[in-house]
This record gives sequence, structure tokens and C-alpha cells, in this order.
Amino acid sequence: MAKPRKPEAAPTLERLFAAKEIVIHCGSGGVGKTTTAAAAATMAAIHQGGRVLVLTVDPARRLANALGIERFGNVETRVPDAAFAAAGVEPRGELWAAMLDTKQGWDDLIKRHAPDEKTRDAILANPLYQNLMNRFVQSHDYVAMERLYELHSSGTYDLIVVDTPPTRNAIDFLEAPARMADFFSSRLLRWLTAPARSRVVNFASKPFYTVADRILGTQFLQDISEFFLLMQGMYGGFVERAQAVEKVLHDRRTTFVVVSTLESAPVREAEFFIEELRTRKLHLGALVLNKVLPSSLLDRKATTTARMLEDKAAGVAAAVAEPLQAEPEQLARVLKEVGTSFLNFQVVAQREAETRAEMAAVPEVVASVPYFDSDIYDLSGLVRLGAAIWR
Amino acid sequence: MAGPPLLDRRLLFVTGKGGVGKTTVAAAIALLAAERGKRTLVGEVDAKGNLADFYEVPATSFEPRELFPNLWAMTMHTEDSLKEYLRLQLKIPFVARLGPLARTFDFVANAAPGVKEVLVVGKFLWEVRQRHYDLVVVDAVATGHVVAQLAAPQALRELVKVGLVREQTGWMLDLLGDPATTGAVIVASPEEMPVNETIELAGRIENETNVDLAAVVVNRVLPELFSRGEEEVFERLQAPEGMAELVGAVGGPVDVVLSAAQLAVTLRRTRAGHLTRLREGLPSDMELLYLPELFTRHHGVRATRQVAEALGEELGF
Repeated sequence: MAKPRKPEAAPTLERLFAAKEIVIHCGSGGVGKTTTAAAAATMAAIHQGGRVLVLTVDPARRLANALGIERFGNVETRVPDAAFAAAGVEPRGELWAAMLDTKQGWDDLIKRHAPDEKTRDAILANPLYQNLMNRFVQSHDYVAMERLYELHSSGTYDLIVVDTPPTRNAIDFLEAPARMADFFSSRLLRWLTAPARSRVVNFASKPFYTVADRILGTQFLQDISEFFLLMQGMYGGFVERAQAVEKVLHDRRTTFVVVSTLESAPVREAEFFIEELRTRKLHLGALVLNKVLPSSLLDRKATTTARMLEDKAAGVAAAVAEPLQAEPEQLARVLKEVGTSFLNFQVVAQREAETRAEMAAVPEVVASVPYFDSDIYDLSGLVRLGAAIWR
Repeated sequence: MAGPPLLDRRLLFVTGKGGVGKTTVAAAIALLAAERGKRTLVGEVDAKGNLADFYEVPATSFEPRELFPNLWAMTMHTEDSLKEYLRLQLKIPFVARLGPLARTFDFVANAAPGVKEVLVVGKFLWEVRQRHYDLVVVDAVATGHVVAQLAAPQALRELVKVGLVREQTGWMLDLLGDPATTGAVIVASPEEMPVNETIELAGRIENETNVDLAAVVVNRVLPELFSRGEEEVFERLQAPEGMAELVGAVGGPVDVVLSAAQLAVTLRRTRAGHLTRLREGLPSDMELLYLPELFTRHHGVRATRQVAEALGEELGF
């Protein structure tokens, strides 16, 4: 006979976080990645101790303020003990927070990889630079991954919880390091940066130039070439770094938490993401379902009661108006509204329960965050949310 | 620089933060316009999008397809757009050899700021210019990226000094900058981040693009459940004595039912606060259209129709 499972062996977010050094939260926009990541990091700092860093992309202003990162941006800042005290908790460890600033991140990268000061300054002053870095090859994603690598290898933190940038495609940031490496080692870049006279003899690149010249004009192509020539000294560094980042993502100490609500589009994105993680042999640690309506909305007896209130409000009102000291007609309106409101939310709750049941492959750890009726904007809010998913 | 009523424009870019119902609203605007007799094209910019689901039709492609009377739908593919662009606008003949070249171009489009965006925006502008449709509705990219898209022709013009692309940006800018032709629509929900992003985006559209912000659509507005007097009665019902009376009258888990109503009441209150913030953060003459939270079983064509209907009412139809 199989032994009953010991309770402490049950997989939870708590156990997952205790075993990992990097936890990456991902999912489609608007599902609550930032808040979930911050809440989980807060719980880790409170219960597990050590130095915990939450690296976030675009926190709501009030939350950034509560974490004390609004003024510091890219620099890691420790969340003061006073903030924990105000939330009524005493953390065993330290909670640090940092925001991700793409421009700052790229500037730092250039400074790190530039072969000499002259090249560095020339790149930073190049008008194409900012434009390019803001747009090409998912540069936000790349900088996020790069910064994560930097922080992790510094060894300053026991645990780093990451909130991924809003991308059109949740998978983009996984591919960012590889794409960046491809980009810098590509044949096209060599064509583009080849001296003008050798282009003529390069048969393979000729059609490319014919089209590109006609569309963009020679001058623009030259501008781009110049820029990439400046960058050329750093390609090696970039490629190497991209590969190192890729390695960290695959490390056993790294895990992914997929965040979703139970609405159809985010769920589809979450399923796609789970599948991609599997294909890439990346570790899927948990699925966090956000804004889940209370299961009591599915209660059969409650449904009967709600229907009765909706259908027979006047009768019920007549029966209880006197003890409640209410005017029967007004009371009837309230009762009817109460019943209707329950049934309205029930429709949504049923749809969500069905979606939840249909979700194909889910990880061992699935945590649900209840639908909070107010915003999460301070540490006590994060603790409240965290407590719902932690154990 | 107020433009004409929403549906009397020729091109609408619908954007919004992820999760607020951007595609639902784009699909509903297009459906409403088509039902009102306008020859309408609705296009999704994201090739991985799910516009088709909102009409419950098979997946759409680059070539527009008529879904319902007057309503055509398409999905943007930059590669196809490039082919068409080269063929129709730049009159470059060797389209046949473009296959392997497309990948090459993709590289340049990635590296050269604005090229990809111009291919996207340019395609829709082209349809407007050719007067193929009365109205083109674009399910555009989300708030974080839409400014880059709308400002692309201008950005490209500043960066590219000569060449065919530059020559082509002139008419694009004229159409984009004309409020009688083009308008942006931001979809928001009365929640913290969507409201922040909407206010910020409204400012950026004003300052960084020449596109007129036509309207802000506030989705998922919850109805006011109780008047002030009724709220008092509701509170009395939630007190232990009130609850006991109600259990006596109807039986069953009254507390569960009452707490669902309580959730609706507090949710509405939180959302009302964000709504006020939204109104105060936008220019006072901005057109705000309100759509109710839909308690529907599915997000299919029925829901799209309901939204279109609500939108029609808001627009005074």
C-alpha cells in the first residue's frame, strides 16, 4: 500500500522558491505579472530570509512608490523595514527591488563592451543608436535578460524574481539572447558593414543592395553601415554574453512561473508558453491563476437562493420588510439586484471553471489568486496576495 | 482640432493595454460600421492575433475576405505587405525573386527604425487612399508600441534623406495628420494600470505623433447596483439580524449570495475611482464612450454584437 504523501512534500510555491535562484514570471499583458512577482518575492523575503531581489519592468506608480523604487529606477534599492512593520510583518531576510530601464541598460552594455573610450562615446552620441536600441530585435527583452545575468553572476542575491517585459509574443524574451547572437554574427551584417567597393563584387549580396538601395536610399544604408562598423568591435562580446545568458536560463536553478487570468486570450497565451518551455527544455515551476472568482459562486444551493431573490423579490421583501424596518418596495429592488448580481458573476465563474478544467498541461504547482475588490498598491496588499498563493 | 464623429472618419487605429478588450472593441466598431452600411475593412496587426475568434470565422489572412455583408477582414503580414508595396507603390518589377530576399529585407527592416512600422501603417493608409473602403479599422498594437507605429512615417522621413521610401512618406503623413481622415481610439478599463497607461498614451499621441485621438472607450464599466437609500437597506441585510431574517424567509446560503453582491458593490466603487482619475487626466473635450461589463458565457460573435450595440447607443444611433 502506498504511503500517504507527507504534507511537507506537497509541491507549493514556497518550496519552489526555496529551491531556486532565479524565478521568471511570464504571461500576456494585463494578467498581473508585476504584482504576482512582487508578492512572491515579498513572501520569500519574509519567510525564507536571505537577500531577495525583485526585478520589475513597469510597476504601477503606487506600487513602485511603496517599494521605494520610484526614485531610484535602475539601481537596486532595499525595501525599508519600516514598510514591513507598517504591514505588520517582520521579514527574516531583505527585500530589494529594481526597475528595468531599457535605455540605461543599453548604455551600460555599450560602456561595458566598448573597446575604447572613443568608440564608446561615438556610439552613445550616434543619432541612430537610441532609435535602433529602442526598436530592433526585441532590445527590451535582451536588456532584461542581460541585466538578470549580470545580477545573478554578481552573487549579491540569494533569489532573483523577475517580471518580464510586455512583449507581443510571450516567447520573444526567451529568444532574445539567441536572436541577438544571430543578429551580430549574421552574414547580412557583414554585407552591410563591408566596405562599399567590395559590395560590387559580392554576387550573393547584390540583390539585397539593389532592393535596399532603391527603397531606403544609399545615404541611409551608409548611415546604418557606419553605425554597425562602430559596433563591430563589440560583436564578440555580445555573442558571448548572449550565450552565457542562454545558459543561465537553462540552469537547474532557474524556473519559470506562468501567470494568467482565466479569460480566453491570456489562457491561450499561457498554454502556448507552457508548450514552448517544454520544447525548449526549460523548467516550468508553477502556474499562477490571477483574479479567480470565488468558488462559492458555483454553489448549487446559493444559486437556488439567488434565483428566488431575483424571481420572487416582492414576496420575500413582504416577509422580511417589517423586522428589517425597510420599505417593502425598496427592499424588493435591493433583493432582486442581489440575486441578479450573484447570477451575473456566476456566469463568469462557470466559464472560468470550465476554462480551468480544460487547460491541457499544467505544472505540479497551480496557485489561484482570488479576485481582490481593491487594488494591490502597498506591502500589506502584497502580503495579502502572497499569502493566497504561497502554501 | 476635433474631427468628425467616430464612424465618419476613414481610418481608426484601436489600441489599449493588454487585457482591456482592445480586439473586442475593434471588432465591434467594424461590425457596427458595416451594419450601418459602410464598406468596412478590419485589420489586425498582430499575425498571432485572434480577431477571427471575435467573429467566429476561420482564420483571416493578408488578402481581405468578406465575413458579413460590408465587412472585410485581414491579418497583417509584413512580408506580404512588402511585396505589395514594392509592386504597387515602388513599381519594382522583380517581385518573383523576392522570396529569399524577404528574409534579407526582414533584417534591414529590423535594423532600420520605422521600416516595418511603415509597411504596416502604410498598407492601411494605402487602402484608405485608394478608397477601397469607407472605413478601415485597425486592431493596432498595444499601448507600449503604438506610438512607434503611428510615428513611423515621420521618423523614417527624418532618418531617410533620399530614396523611394522617403518619397512615399509624404502622402502617408498627410492622411495620418488629417483628423477628418484618421483617428486613434484608446480602449481602457477602469482599473489602475490601464487608466495610467491611457492617460500617458493620450499625451504621447498628442506630442509624438500627428494623429488625432478620436475617442477613449472605457470597457467593463459596472452598473451602479444601489442608490444611496438602497445601499443602507443592503447594509442592514448583511448585518447578522438581517441575514437571519432572510435565511428564515428563503433558506439557503444567503451569506454567499450577499457577498457576491458585496463584491460587485466594492468593485464598482474601486472602478469609479479610477474612472474619475481617467476623466481628470484626459483633455476635458475628449470623447469618452462607456461600455458595460458583459456577463457572457463566451467571447464569440454574440458578445461582439452586444458590444457593437452598446457602442451604437453611446454614439447616439
